[in-house]
Amino acid sequence: MSVPRVWQRFTLAERIARAILYVCVVIAVVWSIRTIEVIPEFLYDAPEQTADLFSRMWPFDWAFYPKAIHAALIETFHIATLGTLIAIVLALPLSFLAARNFVSNPLLNFVAQFIFVASRSVNSLIWALLFVAIFGPGALSGVLSIAFRSIGFVGKLFGEALEEAQVGPIEALTAAGAPRSMLLVKGYWPQVEPAFWSIALLRWDINIRESAVLGLVGAGGIGVALDAAMNNLYWDQVGLILAVIFAVVIVTEIVTSSIRSRIL
Amino acid sequence: MSVTRARPPAFPVNWPSRLAWIGLALYTLYATSILDLTWQRFVVGLGNGAKFLSRMFPPNLAADKLALISDGMIESIQIAVLATFFGVLLSLPLGLAAARNLAPGWLSWSARGLIAVFRSFHPVIVSILFVKAVGFGALAGILALIVSTMGFVAKLFAEVVEEMSPKPVEAVRATGANFLNLLVMAVMPQVTARFVGLSVYQLDSNLRNSTMVGIVGGGGIGAPLFTAYQRFDYDVVLTILIAIILLILLAEMVSGRIRRIFL
Amino acid sequence: MTRAETGASLLSIRHLRKEYRPGQPVLKDVSLDFPSVGVTAIIGPSGTGKSTLIRCVNRLVTPTSGEILFEGQDMAKLSGSTLRLMRRRIGMVFQEYNLVDRLSVIENVLCGRLGYVAPWRAFMRRFPPEDIARAFDLIDAVGLSEEFATRRADALSGGQRQRVGIARAIMQQPALVLADEPTSSLDPKTSVEIMELLAEISTSRGVPIIVNIHNVELAKRFATRIIGMTGGAVVYDGPPGGLETAHLHQIYGGEDFL
Repeated sequence: MSVPRVWQRFTLAERIARAILYVCVVIAVVWSIRTIEVIPEFLYDAPEQTADLFSRMWPFDWAFYPKAIHAALIETFHIATLGTLIAIVLALPLSFLAARNFVSNPLLNFVAQFIFVASRSVNSLIWALLFVAIFGPGALSGVLSIAFRSIGFVGKLFGEALEEAQVGPIEALTAAGAPRSMLLVKGYWPQVEPAFWSIALLRWDINIRESAVLGLVGAGGIGVALDAAMNNLYWDQVGLILAVIFAVVIVTEIVTSSIRSRIL
Repeated sequence: MSVTRARPPAFPVNWPSRLAWIGLALYTLYATSILDLTWQRFVVGLGNGAKFLSRMFPPNLAADKLALISDGMIESIQIAVLATFFGVLLSLPLGLAAARNLAPGWLSWSARGLIAVFRSFHPVIVSILFVKAVGFGALAGILALIVSTMGFVAKLFAEVVEEMSPKPVEAVRATGANFLNLLVMAVMPQVTARFVGLSVYQLDSNLRNSTMVGIVGGGGIGAPLFTAYQRFDYDVVLTILIAIILLILLAEMVSGRIRRIFL
Repeated sequence: MTRAETGASLLSIRHLRKEYRPGQPVLKDVSLDFPSVGVTAIIGPSGTGKSTLIRCVNRLVTPTSGEILFEGQDMAKLSGSTLRLMRRRIGMVFQEYNLVDRLSVIENVLCGRLGYVAPWRAFMRRFPPEDIARAFDLIDAVGLSEEFATRRADALSGGQRQRVGIARAIMQQPALVLADEPTSSLDPKTSVEIMELLAEISTSRGVPIIVNIHNVELAKRFATRIIGMTGGAVVYDGPPGGLETAHLHQIYGGEDFL
């Protein structure tokens, strides 16, 4: 009769780490559920309200499309695209500053990283609030808010791609006495170009979605029409706008994925 | 040095790439003119910006404002926690259903359709709909972020499941294991770490978004932010922005820790 | 079809046919019987349907037509829970071991009990103590020491992984073990060790084993019966001693390989 051998999946330290994590999750969820304010009366008629909402949306007010939606849609597209382009122009130099293998000055690295974090922490809608306050309502604020929100995204990802670049070709160029600008053009760029295009496309795709809501705070695009329709309670127009946004997003996704498969 | 045979150029011009760059430049000019983005407007705006900034500084740290802000921030955190928890929970079955290597065709296609719908609407638009359905307040924000969480986590989780190795799955199936046991012992070990990574990333992203749903009535810090903005209390706006940035920084540090436990 | 009429065999394959694409059969009308003892080696060139044949037995592949009678049930017609119940009785060893890399050795061995264990137990890793004790015994029996039990499967060498694969199959307490090219990813010395282990397990535990194998020498050395297949049909079925060069020519075609 042999002694029963004990087997446990994790070591003690692993089990403690997991247990602490699980307890934290439970505490966070329970605390949130208990203290968050939910008004139960609103919940009782939620199904009715939802049904009512959809019944008011259908049929769509098709006449509204040529009147207001089409132009706003084009504007949304331009806001997203221009915003992405500006973000790329601003983010590229910063991401070189942020890449520790390219610039070995911790202060510059930190400054660039801080700009990225600040840019990413503030939502594009909140950026839009700030720019509407500065430049007034309209597409300019929209473009800038998309650009400022995207700088952090593009810069962080592209900076990481730069840091992952192989050192071999760079060292070879340095050994050949190439100036720093040539290191950039012939050493780094060929290695990170695929990553660059994929990041740019990904952000453009996201920005198409984001630019659709900027109009809610007055920063131009289809959101302005959506806001107006909602304030007037024209739900048949709201429904049409939502359907149009859905269609545009789907088309964008198809386009970006086909471009990505072609150039990568 | 006799022959002048033409060698191929050492650096052939990459025409598609060059055309793409030229096209982008032309587009930029065109779109700038269409949107009426003139330099003059920009300069006028910069003047406004200086005024705006001077009204922002110093940030307003009055006790009553801070209490209001901390209430709003806490509600935002709660929205993010609950939306992540339930959204991730719901993403598990949805992502599995969408994985073409585990689910039958009809199921994976309907799951994929659902995910596409969830993904295509910005959380703010979804919160508008939920505010109409369940009224103003945190619940609308939570529901909206649950939807966007499912759109993101379920989609990427399905991709992770599709990328896993089919061999252990085949071996475990051959032992006569039922579907749940197959999931537990053959699928989960392969996908758990990446699922946790996705969920933690989504917690970050939900924290960011939970600061925004309040603008349309979905609860959280967005409501006081929007109110302060409309009242031109820009110093309060700045305080709130600083609070948001600090929260996101903290969240990024915490999420790095959690990921390490599950690696 | 001599033994078939007596009904004494553990596994009877009757007129088995499998087409992955219509009109292109990989298996043409295969009929075989397996008694409940001994090591049977199936030899033949690549793409001749050996693997398909073995996978039809535990229904990882569904045959186009024919019967697979195992313990009184036709495997070809089963589905759902009855199929799972029958699969528990058949262990399988794979060419590339098919271990779950991120699980430990003992977890991989315990996978062999998944047909018997409730999902929550598997999830919490609360396997019955007698299963865990048996898993330790098996890890020992396949030639790995107990210290391997908690190592992750992806930290092992090929031969060690295959030993874990065998332990997983035996953990099922199967009435039959199928081994699909168990040595093809291993070096020659390890291949011999693995075949020795399979033959030893077959005699000591009284389990019949059906092995697909490329290496004719290994087959002759360790099998009690050899089945030669070519082009989806059986062309030799008999003891290793009876396998002549002429048979090999017929199985593999040409003479250069010798």
